[in-house]
Amino acid sequence: MRRVGLAVGLSFLWLPILLLVGYAFSADRIPFQWGGFSLRWFAALAANERMLEAAWLSLRIAAGAATLAVLLGGMAGWVLARHGPFRGRAVFGALAGAPLVLPEVVTGLSLLLLFVVLQGWAEAALGWQVGRGAATVLLAHATLGLAYVAVVVQARLAGMDPALEEAAADLGAGPFTVFRTVTLPLMAPALVAGWLLAFTLSLDDVVVASFVSGPAGTTLPMLVFSQLRIGLTPEINALATVILALAGLAVGAAALILGRNGRRGPGAG
Amino acid sequence: MATAIRAFAPAGPSVIGAAGAPAGPLLRLAGVTKRFGATLALDALSLDVAPGEFLALLGGSGSGKSTLLRIIAGFEAADAGRLLLQGRDIAPLPPHARPVSMVFQSYALFPHLSVFDNVAYGLRRDGVAKPEIAQRVAEALAMVGLTGFEGRRPAQLSGGQRQRVALVRSLVKRPPLLLLDEPLGALDASLRERTGFELRALQRATGAGFVMVTHDQAEALALADRVAVLERGRLAQIGPPRALYDRPATRYVAEFLGAANILEGRLGPDGAVDCAAGCRLRLAVPPGRGPGEAISVALRPERIRLVAGAPPAENGIAARLKDLAYRGDGWMAVVALPDGTEWRVALPSEAAPPAPGEALSLAWAPEALAPLAD
Amino acid sequence: MRRALILLPPFLWLLLLVAAPVAILAGIALSEPAPGVPPFLPPVSLEAGWQGSFANLLTLAEDWYYAAAFLRSLVVAFLSAAICLLLAYPMALGIASAREGWRVPLLALVLLPFWTGFLPRLGAWIGLLRDGGWVNGVLMGLGLTEAPVPLLYSDAALYLGMVHAYLPFAVLPLTATLLRRDLSVEEAAADLGATPWVVFRTVTLPLSLPGAAAAFLLVFIPAAGEFVIPELLGPPEALLVGRALWGEFFQNRDWPLAAALAVALLALLILPIRLFQRLEDDGGSRRAASPPSRSSGQSLDMVP
Repeated sequence: MRRVGLAVGLSFLWLPILLLVGYAFSADRIPFQWGGFSLRWFAALAANERMLEAAWLSLRIAAGAATLAVLLGGMAGWVLARHGPFRGRAVFGALAGAPLVLPEVVTGLSLLLLFVVLQGWAEAALGWQVGRGAATVLLAHATLGLAYVAVVVQARLAGMDPALEEAAADLGAGPFTVFRTVTLPLMAPALVAGWLLAFTLSLDDVVVASFVSGPAGTTLPMLVFSQLRIGLTPEINALATVILALAGLAVGAAALILGRNGRRGPGAG
Repeated sequence: MATAIRAFAPAGPSVIGAAGAPAGPLLRLAGVTKRFGATLALDALSLDVAPGEFLALLGGSGSGKSTLLRIIAGFEAADAGRLLLQGRDIAPLPPHARPVSMVFQSYALFPHLSVFDNVAYGLRRDGVAKPEIAQRVAEALAMVGLTGFEGRRPAQLSGGQRQRVALVRSLVKRPPLLLLDEPLGALDASLRERTGFELRALQRATGAGFVMVTHDQAEALALADRVAVLERGRLAQIGPPRALYDRPATRYVAEFLGAANILEGRLGPDGAVDCAAGCRLRLAVPPGRGPGEAISVALRPERIRLVAGAPPAENGIAARLKDLAYRGDGWMAVVALPDGTEWRVALPSEAAPPAPGEALSLAWAPEALAPLAD
Repeated sequence: MRRALILLPPFLWLLLLVAAPVAILAGIALSEPAPGVPPFLPPVSLEAGWQGSFANLLTLAEDWYYAAAFLRSLVVAFLSAAICLLLAYPMALGIASAREGWRVPLLALVLLPFWTGFLPRLGAWIGLLRDGGWVNGVLMGLGLTEAPVPLLYSDAALYLGMVHAYLPFAVLPLTATLLRRDLSVEEAAADLGATPWVVFRTVTLPLSLPGAAAAFLLVFIPAAGEFVIPELLGPPEALLVGRALWGEFFQNRDWPLAAALAVALLALLILPIRLFQRLEDDGGSRRAASPPSRSSGQSLDMVP
């Protein structure tokens, strides 16, 4: 009974994805119609300048946003997990959690309004004309990622014996050494997972990016979305297959690294 | 063995065989006070630990024993009082600068480091040279029978092995004073006794002072040179285990250390005590109080014996057996006195046990009676 | 001191990029639209003083068009969350009762679609559901229908897309809750004479309700403001808050009204959000209180 439920759910999740991957290799120009095996849509994708440009921009934004998110979110998660009550803790916790629960349209619109106001000030005060684009998308995505990283880091540290850091101090490690030799290595899996999560969120986001981006900042999801509004093309199938393969590789690599770290056995010392 | 002992010899002024050395205390606590909000965790507590001494801090939860340990280690700051280690004030030092080491109740082994790296952690912080680290870690692990486990992770060790790694991780730094927080608390009953003996052996071999926190009276009595009983942040009594057990100073100590029978009575004009249950008590040392005053006296179940015939007029009473429990090394009897009070009486196993309902005559020596302060 | 140094960067960042934007949003919801860039009059200005109005919020309250959008959004979010919960529960139970070594791979299978990208999955549904598509092919092949059924751009497609996108979110908290449960309690129930079904109904299910509530809310909250899925799969005329907001902003360039819609959506969601955070906090403290060596708790660490 339990297995049936699981099998049904997993099939529902995976069937469309597997069909999509299978038909990406079809030669037919109508998607999801078999016309013999062909790699022509991958070739078409590789020759699509706009798509490649958008993809390159998206990857750079995602990497930058994820890195910023890990730095800030790691700090936030550490403070929330390891430092007891302080003034403003409730406000801090609520702000760090807000991007997780705010609807995307609200996040997108409110961030855009902020950027508009800041642009207005920059222009009035400094005579400085700043446009919106990749930079504003990066700031928005870093904020979203920060919240996710903070949650992952906080959960990881909450499951860790606080006496570990005390033991390190007791054995003669100063505060910075405690952090470097104990806290950071134990946080590392959460930081890696958080980075991947923030990276994927950024690569996946249409709504927030559409609000805060400017004419110069068309990300890959924005481009794909505008095409999907018209209809599905085989090129998008091919693109989805590439993304899926990369995601699978990344998750596999992460699982391997994390798994090996956790299981490092005798003889490694 | 000799080299293994060297691995743990304290780095400070040697205390091993220092017969003629000045006998100042290793650790002196004077008036240490700690508040958590409205509760007073430690109330002007003072005590000394001698060099090479094994001191047990015994108390229930909320007695302040763990707080005291954390203050000595530097994880909590005392609100008032002085903290002197080998005559030096250590109160202003942060934990990492204090020459004491602590064994945590959870062991707090670093899960991401191997056994070798765990034990070497403190030596690396001290800037010990690499070859010496390798040598000292190897000697330390050999001492507790963990040679060959260097590459394992803590998760791959048994509970007893983890405990020993935690111990040598602290001892390898050769601290003059080792703090132990419920060191046997997480072990199976079968492992406890053996590990207790190992702990004593390590303590003797290293000559370091040990301060151990425990809530287990048997553990404290078995391991420590002196036991300090804490009650709500105050020192209820301190002394060698035997003295504490035989002559508890207060009702709390009497009841915390084993099952004592408490006799309530009133001092008569001749120095004897008329107890409420209907017996006359003659104490070995007369209590320093006047006739007519109320007094409580503790009497251990092991110090009561059965006598033939009528009970003696002093230090004896008639009773009736209510229940009997076999304990392997003897019986624990529950007896009812004429006024209905129940006592516990330990009976040796070689004697044929009485039957429930049987009338008994009990007697005890004057030395068995310990007058209580409260 | 050291803590302040570490606290300050994320705190300032969050004040600037979370607190300030929401405050500005609320301010602009009270402003008047005006031609120009940006297309509104600030509600308070140095020269004119207070020049805001509650006209936008009144419009939302009075115009049936927007009330209907809110109502329909709530219905869609509620039904999507309910279907997700129904599908996710047996899945979570299957994962939680799988053998130790299987749990993480199974959980990874549930979460991997999340990493494959949201738009490609919607694209797959577009391809599968269109008139000449795969689903219609299967239906006709089975003789269930003669002519293709219009599936794409329907309510059915909307719900399919919603459930497919949000199902992993519902499985995760349920699995975590079910893994944390004390199996001896269920054994005690069985020992006292309960059949497997009765054990489930009287013990497992009631004990997993906090996890189920978290799973429901984790779908309900984002679904209420969802824009992309209805836009790509739903009926063109289906008016939802997310779409209304998008339309006011991008097509009508009525920023104040869009901001008012966002504020109203937030007001509507504040209760479910608070409830969700309460559940999270309870779950978090339970996690922290349980011994760190419990393998079931740690097995979830590596996944988001």
